[in-house]
Amino acid sequence: MLSLKNISKSFGGVRSVNKCTFKVEPNTISSLIGPNGAGKTTVFNIVSGLTKPDSGAIRLLDKDITHLPVYKIAQAGISRTFQLTKVFRNMSIRDNLLIAKNADEKEMKEMLENIYLHKPLDTIASELSYGQQRLLEIARALLMPHSLLMLDEPTAGVNPKIRRELKQILKKLKKEGKTVLLIEHDMEFIMGVSDFVIVLNEGRVLKIGKPKDIIKDKKVLEAYLGK
Amino acid sequence: MIHEYLLQFLTLISIYIIAVISLNLAIGFTGLLNLGHMVFFGIGAYTSAILTLHGMPWYIAIFIAGLTASILGIIIAGITSKLKGDYLAMVTLGLVFIAIAVSRNWSSLTRGALGLPGVPDIVRNNFHYMIFTLMISAFCALIFYRLVNSETGKIFQAIRDDETAAAILGKNTYFYKILSVAISTFFAGIAGSLFVHHINFVDPTIFELEFFIMILAMLIAGGLGSIKGSIAGVFVLSILSESVRFISFSPALLGAFRDMVFAVALIAILLFKPRGVFGKVDV
Repeated sequence: MLSLKNISKSFGGVRSVNKCTFKVEPNTISSLIGPNGAGKTTVFNIVSGLTKPDSGAIRLLDKDITHLPVYKIAQAGISRTFQLTKVFRNMSIRDNLLIAKNADEKEMKEMLENIYLHKPLDTIASELSYGQQRLLEIARALLMPHSLLMLDEPTAGVNPKIRRELKQILKKLKKEGKTVLLIEHDMEFIMGVSDFVIVLNEGRVLKIGKPKDIIKDKKVLEAYLGK
Repeated sequence: MIHEYLLQFLTLISIYIIAVISLNLAIGFTGLLNLGHMVFFGIGAYTSAILTLHGMPWYIAIFIAGLTASILGIIIAGITSKLKGDYLAMVTLGLVFIAIAVSRNWSSLTRGALGLPGVPDIVRNNFHYMIFTLMISAFCALIFYRLVNSETGKIFQAIRDDETAAAILGKNTYFYKILSVAISTFFAGIAGSLFVHHINFVDPTIFELEFFIMILAMLIAGGLGSIKGSIAGVFVLSILSESVRFISFSPALLGAFRDMVFAVALIAILLFKPRGVFGKVDV
């Protein structure tokens, strides 16, 4: 589905991503984990075109998307959310969803139902709580036609109720066979939903494997907890 | 017969409505802080004046005035496409001073500070011209109303709220920003053209900031992101500032007092309605 080959990116003298290589298999949920500053969000930004890599190549469904502009990468099939939500604050829920897809009323209501956002379509996004805005952003990303969904820390800064609902959403996506790449710090959450875990440390891929193998790996524990 | 003063007043209001709505498209609906909007109004005025003084029919001149302003708008938007917020504001503000310098110094075309007098009327009768501008103004308001509620208009608003998010959803934000500027400056040019055929004269003062500040104040008073707000803003501030004429003031103080009333009215509106009368986004 998605493959990154030797992706590197430096900001000034800091090498944020260093020859990063991994694949995301279709119909799987893969989680990108690592300590703060490991380069997870930079990898997300590179894949979605917001940051251009210094070197390396990215392919989506065998198409080279490395140098495409952001909107063309989105059109190629990558949909994503952000660590800090990016909803259209002055627009209604309906208009937020319509920007993603020219969906009809029924499809939009079903989507809101599926992501546990029980609000009328005419509600202005800025009137929603932070957690609800996050749900709206996920609804928008899900509604946009895509082959890969990338979620950047979906449970960050939300209350326990919405956190539980997000877990349910991920489980539903897994059942539906969606391809998801996820950044998350909640290890219990990751272990519960992921098929594969990619561990980043200092911009490099430290380990790729199944959750049960990752959690026992010495290098991973050292990266997270120190020696 | 309607009083001559009222005819002049309604004609100007109609023209201001086009100028304010077109500015609203750029600032209120697309989030592009274009402080050089009245440059395009002035270019429309000069284009129409020069063409009609050379014998071109007014209906072609008005269209070319809009087109000239729009083409220049597209060029400026292309050059400044990576600028946002304050940076875009500073660059577009710079356009004002460039326009003033060019119009003052390109004497062979503009007659410099002397300006271009004798710009022909579109219709001889002032009442008919008021009806004509009112109809054009209503037509523009309708076009803009339909535009901002269309899919394209929603994309403009998405770019205003978060350009990155709009791009992530597959929208070519570069194209849509240029489209917004192209439409906005086209109608600014049309408004400028109608203005010059109303006062029959144009000189470099048309580009000066006082005029823009008045149009911007009308936009802010009515509210960003609302077509009816733009119309209301023009009416409220125009009526308030014109009402000063009927107070027996020394002519020397009248201008300053009008500006003061204008400013106080704007502050009062924003105190009670921080988003303007019908505003949908923060000022």
